[in-house]
Amino acid sequence: MILGAYETVKTARSGKRPTGADYVRNTVSSFFELHGDRRFRDDPAILGGVGYLRDMPVTVIAIDKGHTAKERIARNFGAPHPEGYRKALRLMKQAEKFRRPVLCYVDTSGAYCGVGAEERGQGQAIAENLMEMMALRTPVISLLIGEGGSGGALALGVADRVWMLENAVYSVISPEGCASILWKDAARAPQAAEQLQLTAECCLKNGIIEAVLPEDDLGSPEFYSRLTDTLYDEFLRLRALSPEELTERRYNRFRSVGRGFC
Amino acid sequence: MAFLNFLFQPKNELESGGRSAAPAADSDDPVRTCPNCHLDTPISVLKENCYTCSCGYHFRIRARTRIDLIADPGSFAELFTEVDSSDPISFPGYSEKLASAKSRSQEAEAVVCGTAAVGGRRCCLFVMEPNFMMGSMGTAVGERITALFEYALEHSLPVVGFTVSGGARMQEGLFSLMQMAKTSGAVRKHSDAGLLYIVVLTNPTTGGVTASFAMEADIILAEPGATVGFAGARVIEQTTLRPLPKGFQTSEFILQHGFADAIVSRRDQKEVLVSLLGMHEGGLKT
Repeated sequence: MILGAYETVKTARSGKRPTGADYVRNTVSSFFELHGDRRFRDDPAILGGVGYLRDMPVTVIAIDKGHTAKERIARNFGAPHPEGYRKALRLMKQAEKFRRPVLCYVDTSGAYCGVGAEERGQGQAIAENLMEMMALRTPVISLLIGEGGSGGALALGVADRVWMLENAVYSVISPEGCASILWKDAARAPQAAEQLQLTAECCLKNGIIEAVLPEDDLGSPEFYSRLTDTLYDEFLRLRALSPEELTERRYNRFRSVGRGFC
Repeated sequence: MAFLNFLFQPKNELESGGRSAAPAADSDDPVRTCPNCHLDTPISVLKENCYTCSCGYHFRIRARTRIDLIADPGSFAELFTEVDSSDPISFPGYSEKLASAKSRSQEAEAVVCGTAAVGGRRCCLFVMEPNFMMGSMGTAVGERITALFEYALEHSLPVVGFTVSGGARMQEGLFSLMQMAKTSGAVRKHSDAGLLYIVVLTNPTTGGVTASFAMEADIILAEPGATVGFAGARVIEQTTLRPLPKGFQTSEFILQHGFADAIVSRRDQKEVLVSLLGMHEGGLKT
Protein backbone atom coordinates (compact mmCIF):
# COMPACT_ATOMS: atom_id res chain seq x y z
CA MET A 1 0.00 0.00 0.00
CA ILE A 2 1.38 3.39 -0.94
CA LEU A 3 0.73 6.03 1.67
CA GLY A 4 1.05 9.79 1.46
CA ALA A 5 4.31 11.00 2.99
CA TYR A 6 2.67 12.34 6.13
CA GLU A 7 0.66 9.12 6.55
CA THR A 8 3.99 7.31 6.43
CA VAL A 9 5.37 9.67 9.09
CA LYS A 10 2.42 8.81 11.32
CA THR A 11 2.89 5.09 10.64
CA ALA A 12 6.61 5.37 11.42
CA ARG A 13 5.79 7.05 14.75
CA SER A 14 3.02 4.62 15.70
CA GLY A 15 3.34 3.12 19.18
CA LYS A 16 2.08 -0.16 17.73
CA ARG A 17 5.27 -0.78 15.76
CA PRO A 18 7.95 -3.00 17.25
CA THR A 19 10.53 -0.94 19.14
CA GLY A 20 14.30 -1.25 19.11
CA ALA A 21 14.22 -3.64 22.06
CA ASP A 22 11.79 -5.92 20.16
CA TYR A 23 14.23 -6.15 17.28
CA VAL A 24 17.11 -6.97 19.61
CA ARG A 25 15.06 -9.64 21.38
CA ASN A 26 13.93 -11.25 18.14
CA THR A 27 17.06 -11.13 16.01
CA VAL A 28 19.93 -11.48 18.50
CA SER A 29 20.20 -14.59 20.67
CA SER A 30 21.97 -14.80 24.04
CA PHE A 31 21.79 -11.00 24.17
CA PHE A 32 23.70 -9.53 27.09
CA GLU A 33 23.10 -5.87 27.76
CA LEU A 34 26.09 -3.63 28.41
CA HIS A 35 25.30 -0.41 30.23
CA GLY A 36 26.83 3.01 30.55
CA ASP A 37 29.19 5.39 28.82
CA ARG A 38 31.85 5.19 31.61
CA ARG A 39 31.76 8.96 31.83
CA PHE A 40 28.46 10.18 33.20
CA ARG A 41 25.58 7.68 33.33
CA ASP A 42 23.62 5.02 31.49
CA ASP A 43 21.22 6.49 28.95
CA PRO A 44 18.09 4.31 28.86
CA ALA A 45 17.07 5.67 25.42
CA ILE A 46 19.84 3.60 23.85
CA LEU A 47 20.10 -0.11 24.46
CA GLY A 48 23.34 -1.86 23.67
CA GLY A 49 25.09 -5.15 24.14
CA VAL A 50 26.48 -8.33 22.65
CA GLY A 51 24.88 -11.50 21.33
CA TYR A 52 24.63 -13.76 18.33
CA LEU A 53 23.14 -13.14 14.93
CA ARG A 54 22.61 -16.83 14.06
CA ASP A 55 26.14 -18.08 14.90
CA MET A 56 27.91 -14.74 14.47
CA PRO A 57 28.85 -12.68 17.54
CA VAL A 58 27.67 -9.10 17.03
CA THR A 59 27.44 -5.83 18.91
CA VAL A 60 23.91 -4.51 18.72
CA ILE A 61 22.83 -0.96 19.52
CA ALA A 62 19.19 0.07 19.44
CA ILE A 63 17.31 3.26 20.18
CA ASP A 64 14.21 2.18 22.05
CA LYS A 65 11.06 4.25 22.46
CA GLY A 66 9.24 1.79 24.74
CA HIS A 67 5.64 0.57 24.40
CA THR A 68 3.74 1.47 27.56
CA ALA A 69 3.53 4.98 28.99
CA LYS A 70 5.83 3.92 31.82
CA GLU A 71 8.39 2.45 29.43
CA ARG A 72 8.23 5.45 27.16
CA ILE A 73 8.96 7.83 30.01
CA ALA A 74 11.79 5.60 31.25
CA ARG A 75 13.26 5.52 27.73
CA ASN A 76 12.83 9.29 27.35
CA PHE A 77 10.65 8.53 24.28
CA GLY A 78 13.72 7.32 22.42
CA ALA A 79 15.44 10.72 22.50
CA PRO A 80 19.08 10.08 23.46
CA HIS A 81 21.30 12.32 25.56
CA PRO A 82 25.01 12.74 24.75
CA GLU A 83 25.84 9.87 27.13
CA GLY A 84 23.68 7.59 24.99
CA TYR A 85 25.76 8.36 21.91
CA ARG A 86 28.93 7.95 23.98
CA LYS A 87 27.74 4.56 25.20
CA ALA A 88 27.06 3.57 21.60
CA LEU A 89 30.54 4.69 20.59
CA ARG A 90 32.13 2.81 23.48
CA LEU A 91 30.39 -0.37 22.34
CA MET A 92 31.37 0.21 18.72
CA LYS A 93 35.04 0.64 19.65
CA GLN A 94 34.75 -2.53 21.69
CA ALA A 95 33.27 -4.31 18.67
CA GLU A 96 36.21 -3.09 16.60
CA LYS A 97 38.64 -4.48 19.14
CA PHE A 98 37.03 -7.92 19.05
CA ARG A 99 36.35 -7.79 15.31
CA ARG A 100 32.60 -8.08 15.76
CA PRO A 101 30.20 -6.49 13.28
CA VAL A 102 27.98 -3.68 14.58
CA LEU A 103 24.23 -3.68 14.06
CA CYS A 104 22.26 -0.49 14.79
CA TYR A 105 18.48 -0.25 15.04
CA VAL A 106 17.52 3.39 14.70
CA ASP A 107 14.22 4.88 15.82
CA THR A 108 14.21 8.41 17.20
CA SER A 109 12.46 11.70 16.71
CA GLY A 110 15.90 13.21 17.32
CA ALA A 111 18.63 13.79 19.86
CA TYR A 112 17.09 15.16 23.06
CA CYS A 113 16.69 18.94 23.25
CA GLY A 114 17.39 19.88 26.85
CA VAL A 115 19.63 21.91 29.12
CA GLY A 116 21.57 18.90 30.42
CA ALA A 117 22.05 17.58 26.88
CA GLU A 118 23.61 20.90 25.85
CA GLU A 119 25.71 21.13 29.01
CA ARG A 120 27.13 17.70 28.26
CA GLY A 121 27.81 18.48 24.61
CA GLN A 122 25.09 16.96 22.44
CA GLY A 123 26.69 18.42 19.33
CA GLN A 124 30.16 17.17 20.28
CA ALA A 125 28.83 13.68 21.06
CA ILE A 126 27.14 13.37 17.67
CA ALA A 127 30.16 14.84 15.87
CA GLU A 128 32.49 12.37 17.54
CA ASN A 129 30.30 9.43 16.54
CA LEU A 130 30.26 10.58 12.92
CA MET A 131 34.03 10.91 12.82
CA GLU A 132 34.71 7.64 14.66
CA MET A 133 32.14 5.59 12.76
CA MET A 134 33.62 6.80 9.51
CA ALA A 135 36.91 5.13 10.51
CA LEU A 136 35.57 2.07 12.38
CA ARG A 137 37.48 -0.99 11.19
CA THR A 138 34.57 -3.41 11.43
CA PRO A 139 31.38 -3.76 9.39
CA VAL A 140 28.38 -1.62 10.39
CA ILE A 141 24.78 -1.97 9.23
CA SER A 142 22.16 0.56 10.32
CA LEU A 143 18.49 -0.24 9.94
CA LEU A 144 15.94 2.52 10.35
CA ILE A 145 12.91 0.83 11.88
CA GLY A 146 10.70 3.87 12.50
CA GLU A 147 11.73 7.51 12.76
CA GLY A 148 15.10 8.69 11.54
CA GLY A 149 15.23 12.11 13.17
CA SER A 150 18.12 14.16 11.77
CA GLY A 151 21.51 14.23 13.52
CA GLY A 152 20.17 12.13 16.35
CA ALA A 153 19.64 9.27 13.90
CA LEU A 154 22.73 9.93 11.78
CA ALA A 155 24.86 9.51 14.93
CA LEU A 156 24.11 5.77 14.59
CA GLY A 157 23.80 5.88 10.82
CA VAL A 158 27.33 6.20 9.46
CA ALA A 159 27.36 2.62 8.22
CA ASP A 160 28.46 0.42 5.33
CA ARG A 161 24.82 -0.33 4.64
CA VAL A 162 21.89 1.84 5.63
CA TRP A 163 18.52 0.18 5.18
CA MET A 164 15.01 1.31 5.95
CA LEU A 165 11.79 -0.49 6.60
CA GLU A 166 9.10 0.30 4.06
CA ASN A 167 7.28 2.70 6.39
CA ALA A 168 10.25 4.18 8.18
CA VAL A 169 11.15 7.82 7.54
CA TYR A 170 14.47 9.66 7.54
CA SER A 171 14.60 13.43 7.57
CA VAL A 172 16.86 16.42 8.17
CA ILE A 173 14.04 18.04 10.20
CA SER A 174 10.59 16.97 11.37
CA PRO A 175 7.80 17.98 8.97
CA GLU A 176 6.25 20.01 11.80
CA GLY A 177 9.51 21.82 12.48
CA CYS A 178 10.04 22.49 8.80
CA ALA A 179 6.52 23.85 8.33
CA SER A 180 6.73 26.11 11.36
CA ILE A 181 10.09 27.55 10.31
CA LEU A 182 9.27 28.01 6.64
CA TRP A 183 5.60 28.87 6.75
CA LYS A 184 5.13 29.71 10.45
CA ASP A 185 2.43 27.05 10.47
CA ALA A 186 3.00 23.57 11.90
CA ALA A 187 -0.38 22.52 10.46
CA ARG A 188 1.26 22.46 7.03
CA ALA A 189 3.39 19.51 8.11
CA PRO A 190 1.79 17.17 5.53
CA GLN A 191 2.98 19.48 2.76
CA ALA A 192 6.45 19.68 4.29
CA ALA A 193 6.54 15.88 4.57
CA GLU A 194 5.93 15.57 0.82
CA GLN A 195 8.62 18.16 0.03
CA LEU A 196 11.29 16.72 2.31
CA GLN A 197 11.45 13.39 0.42
CA LEU A 198 11.68 11.50 3.69
CA THR A 199 10.08 8.17 2.79
CA ALA A 200 12.12 5.00 2.31
CA GLU A 201 11.23 5.00 -1.37
CA CYS A 202 12.56 8.57 -1.81
CA CYS A 203 15.68 7.79 0.21
CA LEU A 204 16.41 4.80 -2.03
CA LYS A 205 15.83 6.86 -5.15
CA ASN A 206 18.13 9.62 -3.84
CA GLY A 207 20.91 7.16 -3.07
CA ILE A 208 20.79 7.83 0.69
CA ILE A 209 20.16 4.16 1.51
CA GLU A 210 20.90 0.79 -0.11
CA ALA A 211 17.67 -1.09 0.48
CA VAL A 212 14.03 -0.92 1.55
CA LEU A 213 12.76 -3.89 3.55
CA PRO A 214 9.09 -4.88 3.13
CA GLU A 215 7.03 -4.97 6.30
CA ASP A 216 3.76 -6.67 5.36
CA ASP A 217 4.30 -9.17 8.19
CA LEU A 218 6.00 -6.67 10.52
CA GLY A 219 6.68 -8.16 13.95
CA SER A 220 5.86 -11.76 13.00
CA PRO A 221 8.32 -14.62 13.56
CA GLU A 222 8.72 -14.90 9.77
CA PHE A 223 9.57 -11.20 9.57
CA TYR A 224 12.31 -11.45 12.17
CA SER A 225 13.66 -14.67 10.70
CA ARG A 226 13.89 -13.14 7.23
CA LEU A 227 15.50 -10.01 8.65
CA THR A 228 18.05 -12.05 10.57
CA ASP A 229 18.98 -13.96 7.41
CA THR A 230 19.32 -10.79 5.39
CA LEU A 231 21.53 -9.12 8.00
CA TYR A 232 23.61 -12.26 8.44
CA ASP A 233 24.28 -12.63 4.71
CA GLU A 234 25.24 -8.98 4.36
CA PHE A 235 27.61 -9.11 7.33
CA LEU A 236 29.26 -12.15 5.74
CA ARG A 237 29.84 -10.15 2.56
CA LEU A 238 31.17 -7.14 4.47
CA ARG A 239 33.43 -9.29 6.62
CA ALA A 240 35.17 -10.49 3.49
CA LEU A 241 36.59 -6.99 3.01
CA SER A 242 39.80 -5.87 4.69
CA PRO A 243 39.39 -3.08 7.27
CA GLU A 244 41.13 -0.69 4.84
CA GLU A 245 38.77 -1.57 1.99
CA LEU A 246 35.81 -1.34 4.30
CA THR A 247 36.59 2.13 5.63
CA GLU A 248 37.59 3.42 2.19
CA ARG A 249 34.29 2.23 0.72
CA ARG A 250 32.37 3.73 3.63
CA TYR A 251 34.12 7.05 3.08
CA ASN A 252 33.30 6.96 -0.61
CA ARG A 253 29.72 5.94 0.10
CA PHE A 254 29.13 9.21 1.97
CA ARG A 255 31.54 11.18 -0.20
CA SER A 256 29.41 10.53 -3.28
CA VAL A 257 25.98 11.30 -1.83
CA GLY A 258 24.48 14.28 -3.60
CA ARG A 259 27.34 14.52 -6.07
CA GLY A 260 25.96 16.09 -9.20
CA PHE A 261 23.91 18.52 -7.15
CA CYS A 262 26.77 20.88 -6.48
CA MET B 1 37.85 46.66 0.16
CA ALA B 2 37.10 45.24 3.58
CA PHE B 3 36.00 48.69 4.60
CA LEU B 4 33.46 48.86 1.79
CA ASN B 5 32.29 45.32 2.41
CA PHE B 6 31.57 46.18 5.97
CA LEU B 7 29.61 49.26 4.98
CA PHE B 8 27.44 47.33 2.58
CA GLN B 9 26.90 44.43 4.89
CA PRO B 10 23.18 44.01 5.46
CA LYS B 11 22.18 44.77 8.99
CA ASN B 12 20.45 42.28 11.18
CA GLU B 13 18.60 42.50 14.47
CA LEU B 14 21.54 41.27 16.43
CA GLU B 15 23.75 44.06 15.20
CA SER B 16 21.33 46.90 15.29
CA GLY B 17 19.80 45.80 18.59
CA GLY B 18 16.51 47.16 17.36
CA ARG B 19 17.80 50.73 17.44
CA SER B 20 18.23 52.80 14.38
CA ALA B 21 21.92 53.03 13.82
CA ALA B 22 22.02 53.66 10.13
CA PRO B 23 25.19 55.49 9.30
CA ALA B 24 24.62 58.74 7.45
CA ALA B 25 25.48 58.01 3.85
CA ASP B 26 27.01 61.42 3.27
CA SER B 27 29.16 61.42 6.37
CA ASP B 28 32.92 61.01 5.96
CA ASP B 29 33.14 58.64 8.88
CA PRO B 30 29.80 57.01 9.64
CA VAL B 31 29.24 55.37 12.98
CA ARG B 32 27.84 52.06 14.13
CA THR B 33 25.87 51.70 17.33
CA CYS B 34 26.83 48.81 19.58
CA PRO B 35 23.77 46.72 20.46
CA ASN B 36 25.40 45.84 23.77
CA CYS B 37 26.52 49.20 25.19
CA HIS B 38 24.77 51.51 22.68
CA LEU B 39 27.97 53.45 22.10
CA ASP B 40 28.36 55.02 18.66
CA THR B 41 31.76 54.26 17.20
CA PRO B 42 33.14 55.51 13.87
CA ILE B 43 33.56 52.64 11.46
CA SER B 44 37.21 53.58 10.91
CA VAL B 45 37.80 53.00 14.62
CA LEU B 46 35.85 49.72 14.59
CA LYS B 47 37.94 48.56 11.68
CA GLU B 48 41.16 49.22 13.59
CA ASN B 49 39.74 47.07 16.36
CA CYS B 50 38.76 44.18 14.10
CA TYR B 51 35.11 45.25 14.27
CA THR B 52 34.83 44.93 18.01
CA CYS B 53 33.34 47.60 20.29
CA SER B 54 35.31 48.99 23.23
CA CYS B 55 32.86 47.10 25.46
CA GLY B 56 34.05 43.86 23.90
CA TYR B 57 31.04 43.27 21.66
CA HIS B 58 31.94 41.53 18.40
CA PHE B 59 30.06 42.80 15.37
CA ARG B 60 29.10 40.17 12.84
CA ILE B 61 31.36 40.35 9.79
CA ARG B 62 31.41 38.89 6.32
CA ALA B 63 33.67 36.03 5.31
CA ARG B 64 35.84 38.30 3.11
CA THR B 65 36.32 40.80 5.93
CA ARG B 66 37.44 38.00 8.19
CA ILE B 67 39.87 36.66 5.60
CA ASP B 68 41.41 40.15 5.42
CA LEU B 69 41.83 40.10 9.20
CA ILE B 70 43.46 36.65 9.34
CA ALA B 71 45.35 36.01 6.09
CA ASP B 72 48.57 37.84 5.29
CA PRO B 73 47.85 40.58 2.73
CA GLY B 74 47.48 39.16 -0.76
CA SER B 75 48.09 35.58 0.34
CA PHE B 76 44.58 34.20 0.07
CA ALA B 77 43.96 32.04 -3.01
CA GLU B 78 40.38 30.87 -3.27
CA LEU B 79 39.56 27.25 -4.11
CA PHE B 80 36.48 25.41 -5.34
CA THR B 81 34.64 28.49 -6.61
CA GLU B 82 32.99 26.24 -9.18
CA VAL B 83 31.13 24.34 -6.44
CA ASP B 84 27.73 25.88 -5.86
CA SER B 85 24.23 24.77 -4.99
CA SER B 86 21.43 23.37 -7.05
CA ASP B 87 17.97 22.44 -5.85
CA PRO B 88 18.25 18.66 -5.37
CA ILE B 89 14.75 18.00 -4.01
CA SER B 90 12.98 20.83 -5.89
CA PHE B 91 12.05 22.51 -2.65
CA PRO B 92 9.44 25.27 -3.01
CA GLY B 93 10.99 28.73 -3.00
CA TYR B 94 14.56 27.44 -2.65
CA SER B 95 15.83 28.61 -6.03
CA GLU B 96 14.60 32.11 -5.27
CA LYS B 97 16.14 31.95 -1.79
CA LEU B 98 19.48 30.93 -3.28
CA ALA B 99 19.35 33.76 -5.78
CA SER B 100 18.63 36.35 -3.11
CA ALA B 101 21.31 34.90 -0.80
CA LYS B 102 23.82 35.21 -3.63
CA SER B 103 22.98 38.82 -4.34
CA ARG B 104 22.79 39.73 -0.64
CA SER B 105 26.12 38.14 0.23
CA GLN B 106 27.94 38.55 -3.08
CA GLU B 107 29.11 34.96 -2.53
CA ALA B 108 28.28 31.82 -4.48
CA GLU B 109 27.79 29.82 -1.31
CA ALA B 110 27.82 29.98 2.49
CA VAL B 111 31.51 29.16 2.87
CA VAL B 112 34.66 30.60 1.32
CA CYS B 113 37.63 28.20 1.08
CA GLY B 114 41.21 28.57 -0.03
CA THR B 115 44.85 28.56 0.89
CA ALA B 116 46.51 31.39 2.77
CA ALA B 117 49.55 32.40 4.72
CA VAL B 118 48.93 33.32 8.36
CA GLY B 119 52.00 35.02 9.81
CA GLY B 120 53.96 33.44 6.98
CA ARG B 121 52.66 29.95 7.73
CA ARG B 122 50.80 28.22 4.92
CA CYS B 123 47.43 26.72 5.70
CA CYS B 124 44.03 25.92 4.28
CA LEU B 125 41.37 28.35 5.40
CA PHE B 126 37.59 28.13 5.42
CA VAL B 127 35.34 30.95 6.55
CA MET B 128 31.59 30.66 6.66
CA GLU B 129 29.40 33.51 5.44
CA PRO B 130 26.59 34.75 7.71
CA ASN B 131 24.84 36.64 4.93
CA PHE B 132 24.30 33.48 2.91
CA MET B 133 21.27 31.82 4.54
CA MET B 134 23.04 32.23 7.90
CA GLY B 135 25.82 29.88 6.92
CA SER B 136 23.52 26.90 6.57
CA MET B 137 25.10 23.70 5.23
CA GLY B 138 23.78 22.13 2.05
CA THR B 139 25.60 20.00 -0.51
CA ALA B 140 27.81 22.82 -1.76
CA VAL B 141 29.02 23.84 1.71
CA GLY B 142 29.65 20.19 2.58
CA GLU B 143 31.46 19.62 -0.69
CA ARG B 144 33.67 22.71 -0.31
CA ILE B 145 34.64 21.83 3.28
CA THR B 146 35.28 18.19 2.34
CA ALA B 147 37.32 19.16 -0.70
CA LEU B 148 39.35 21.59 1.43
CA PHE B 149 40.28 18.91 3.97
CA GLU B 150 41.18 16.56 1.11
CA TYR B 151 43.31 19.29 -0.47
CA ALA B 152 44.98 19.96 2.90
CA LEU B 153 45.67 16.24 3.29
CA GLU B 154 47.17 16.00 -0.17
CA HIS B 155 49.41 19.01 0.47
CA SER B 156 50.13 18.26 4.15
CA LEU B 157 48.68 21.57 5.30
CA PRO B 158 46.91 22.50 8.54
CA VAL B 159 43.32 23.73 8.34
CA VAL B 160 42.05 26.85 10.06
CA GLY B 161 38.28 27.33 9.97
CA PHE B 162 35.74 29.90 11.13
CA THR B 163 32.22 28.64 11.64
CA VAL B 164 28.98 30.59 11.59
CA SER B 165 25.91 28.53 10.87
CA GLY B 166 22.28 27.92 11.64
CA GLY B 167 22.88 24.22 10.90
CA ALA B 168 21.94 21.85 8.11
CA ARG B 169 20.01 23.48 5.25
CA MET B 170 16.55 21.95 5.33
CA GLN B 171 15.74 22.96 1.75
CA GLU B 172 18.09 20.23 0.54
CA GLY B 173 16.57 17.59 2.79
CA LEU B 174 18.70 14.56 3.63
CA PHE B 175 21.39 15.65 1.20
CA SER B 176 22.22 18.35 3.76
CA LEU B 177 22.20 15.89 6.66
CA MET B 178 24.62 13.62 4.80
CA GLN B 179 27.12 16.49 4.60
CA MET B 180 27.64 16.08 8.35
CA ALA B 181 28.93 12.54 7.79
CA LYS B 182 30.86 13.49 4.67
CA THR B 183 32.73 16.41 6.24
CA SER B 184 33.40 14.34 9.39
CA GLY B 185 35.00 11.65 7.25
CA ALA B 186 37.28 14.20 5.61
CA VAL B 187 38.26 15.74 8.96
CA ARG B 188 39.06 12.25 10.23
CA LYS B 189 41.34 11.41 7.29
CA HIS B 190 43.15 14.71 7.66
CA SER B 191 43.54 14.09 11.39
CA ASP B 192 44.78 10.52 10.91
CA ALA B 193 47.63 11.92 8.82
CA GLY B 194 48.83 13.89 11.85
CA LEU B 195 47.70 17.23 10.51
CA LEU B 196 46.39 20.12 12.58
CA TYR B 197 42.86 21.53 12.46
CA ILE B 198 41.97 24.66 14.45
CA VAL B 199 38.42 25.98 14.48
CA VAL B 200 37.13 29.34 15.67
CA LEU B 201 33.44 29.24 16.59
CA THR B 202 31.70 32.52 15.86
CA ASN B 203 28.18 33.78 16.42
CA PRO B 204 26.11 31.66 15.92
CA THR B 205 27.38 28.09 15.49
CA THR B 206 24.51 25.66 15.90
CA GLY B 207 22.77 22.49 14.72
CA GLY B 208 24.37 20.21 12.18
CA VAL B 209 27.57 22.24 11.94
CA THR B 210 28.09 22.04 15.72
CA ALA B 211 27.32 18.32 15.44
CA SER B 212 30.00 17.82 12.81
CA PHE B 213 33.15 19.70 11.79
CA ALA B 214 32.80 22.55 14.32
CA MET B 215 33.35 20.13 17.20
CA GLU B 216 35.97 17.94 15.53
CA ALA B 217 39.00 20.21 15.62
CA ASP B 218 42.20 19.54 17.57
CA ILE B 219 41.88 23.01 19.04
CA ILE B 220 38.50 24.70 19.45
CA LEU B 221 38.54 28.46 19.97
CA ALA B 222 35.46 30.65 20.33
CA GLU B 223 34.73 34.34 19.95
CA PRO B 224 33.44 36.02 23.13
CA GLY B 225 29.69 36.01 23.53
CA ALA B 226 28.94 33.79 20.52
CA THR B 227 25.94 31.49 20.59
CA VAL B 228 27.20 27.93 20.34
CA GLY B 229 24.96 24.92 20.72
CA PHE B 230 23.19 22.02 19.08
CA ALA B 231 19.46 22.47 19.59
CA GLY B 232 17.79 25.86 19.21
CA ALA B 233 17.17 27.66 22.51
CA ARG B 234 13.48 28.14 21.71
CA VAL B 235 13.03 24.45 20.92
CA ILE B 236 14.65 23.53 24.23
CA GLU B 237 12.38 25.93 26.10
CA GLN B 238 9.33 24.46 24.37
CA THR B 239 10.49 20.89 25.10
CA THR B 240 11.40 21.38 28.74
CA LEU B 241 8.87 24.11 29.59
CA ARG B 242 11.44 25.74 31.84
CA PRO B 243 13.30 29.05 31.51
CA LEU B 244 16.85 28.61 30.28
CA PRO B 245 19.77 29.39 32.59
CA LYS B 246 21.57 32.70 32.16
CA GLY B 247 24.32 32.61 29.57
CA PHE B 248 23.07 29.28 28.18
CA GLN B 249 24.71 28.16 24.91
CA THR B 250 27.33 30.91 24.80
CA SER B 251 31.07 30.58 24.22
CA GLU B 252 31.57 31.08 27.95
CA PHE B 253 29.06 28.28 28.66
CA ILE B 254 30.77 25.76 26.39
CA LEU B 255 34.19 26.72 27.77
CA GLN B 256 32.91 26.14 31.31
CA HIS B 257 31.45 22.75 30.32
CA GLY B 258 34.64 21.64 28.62
CA PHE B 259 33.73 21.90 24.94
CA ALA B 260 36.09 24.69 23.90
CA ASP B 261 39.78 25.20 24.58
CA ALA B 262 39.76 28.98 24.88
CA ILE B 263 37.84 32.15 24.18
CA VAL B 264 39.87 34.48 22.02
CA SER B 265 38.93 38.04 21.16
CA ARG B 266 38.94 38.79 17.47
CA ARG B 267 41.70 41.32 18.10
CA ASP B 268 44.00 38.55 19.35
CA GLN B 269 43.01 35.80 16.96
CA LYS B 270 45.69 36.25 14.36
CA GLU B 271 48.45 36.32 16.94
CA VAL B 272 47.08 33.21 18.65
CA LEU B 273 46.68 31.36 15.35
CA VAL B 274 50.21 32.22 14.24
CA SER B 275 51.58 30.99 17.54
CA LEU B 276 49.59 27.74 17.53
CA LEU B 277 50.40 27.03 13.87
CA GLY B 278 54.07 27.52 14.70
CA MET B 279 53.97 25.05 17.59
CA HIS B 280 52.66 22.36 15.28
CA GLU B 281 55.42 22.65 12.75
CA GLY B 282 58.35 20.27 12.88
CA GLY B 283 57.21 17.72 15.43
CA LEU B 284 59.23 14.62 16.18
CA LYS B 285 60.11 12.76 13.03
CA THR B 286 59.47 9.03 13.25
